[in-house]
Amino acid sequence: MILKEIIKILNATTITSSVDRELNIKTACSADMMSAVLYYHTPDSLLITGLAQPQVIRTAEIAGIKTILFILDKKPAENIISLAEKHNISLLSTPFCMYTASGKLFEAGLPSCQGK
Amino acid sequence: MPLNIDENIEGSFQVIGGNFDKAGEASSQLKLKLFEVGADEDVIRRAAIATFEAEMNVIIYAAAGRLQYLITPSYIEIRIEDMGPGIEDTDQAMQEGYSTAPDWVREMGWGAGMGLPNMKKNSDKFKIDSIVGEGTTIEMIMNFP
Amino acid sequence: MKLNDLVEELSLEAKTFKEGLQNEIAGAYVSDLLSDVMGNSKKGDVWVTLQTHLNIVAVAGHAGLAGIIIVGGRQLQEAVLQKAEAEKITIMSTPLSAFETAGRLYKLLT
Repeated sequence: MILKEIIKILNATTITSSVDRELNIKTACSADMMSAVLYYHTPDSLLITGLAQPQVIRTAEIAGIKTILFILDKKPAENIISLAEKHNISLLSTPFCMYTASGKLFEAGLPSCQGK
Repeated sequence: MPLNIDENIEGSFQVIGGNFDKAGEASSQLKLKLFEVGADEDVIRRAAIATFEAEMNVIIYAAAGRLQYLITPSYIEIRIEDMGPGIEDTDQAMQEGYSTAPDWVREMGWGAGMGLPNMKKNSDKFKIDSIVGEGTTIEMIMNFP
Repeated sequence: MKLNDLVEELSLEAKTFKEGLQNEIAGAYVSDLLSDVMGNSKKGDVWVTLQTHLNIVAVAGHAGLAGIIIVGGRQLQEAVLQKAEAEKITIMSTPLSAFETAGRLYKLLT
């Protein structure tokens, strides 16, 4: 699914200064526990999370995730945004909760990341 | 394919307990190093994940720790020694879902009881030794294909 | 819709307090952060999480949740199963991820 579709479906706003709207997102992973993100095979996944901590960016970097969607309009602190920009990770925010955001994307045909 | 390096590469990082803001820096740098030498991507990913989990454990539980790595043409070895409280029952600690992390750590997205199993899952060889009151040492080896 | 319907539709495995499978579901909430669940879930929600810590039982009780679905096929410690049984909290489990469980629930509940 192309990122701009996701943005549209979830009324998402962009947080980082550059967001590649044409990026092809292959799967999604919904989690607040970072080990879960590391446990499942998540490269090219969209990470949907309610956690706005610096380790989320580190986890994404290590797991090969290029896009993070924060739920419930959460916006991380400036230092987290700069860290994401440094690693070319796009940050987005949606007003929906994790359940609704996941539900809408799954309904639109985005598959889940898989355990490996 | 063995790694094309003339001699083994060694390095180390200090990890300071409680320093969440710096969490992941050692793994991030190790990942870069492995990219530089042209290591297999799957091994890079596994080494980075396992190292990150190990680093988080030091940050969450210990006062300080030291992470050392050795890259040879056929494998990477990662060793993490910490000055922490130690683990009484390492078999229990290896069980998925078992965690002694305090609640505030769980609110930061860690302490799901997946860290040690995740390190083991990503290693070809995994060893944990712990002495209560002294600390814990973890050794992991990932072979290059 | 009842928890029992979810067990059938999503092939969940009921782990504890099976009497509770007759509970009506008001909605769903997906989160691994206990304080978030305490603060933002609604009474009667079914809670989807991969968190298996003992405290999930108390959180489900305090928040008046219909039940808990543990995702990713994660195993529960014996102490958690016992506490859930004692406090009448229905725990179910699925090998599916949180994203897919949420997706399938969403299709059923909306």
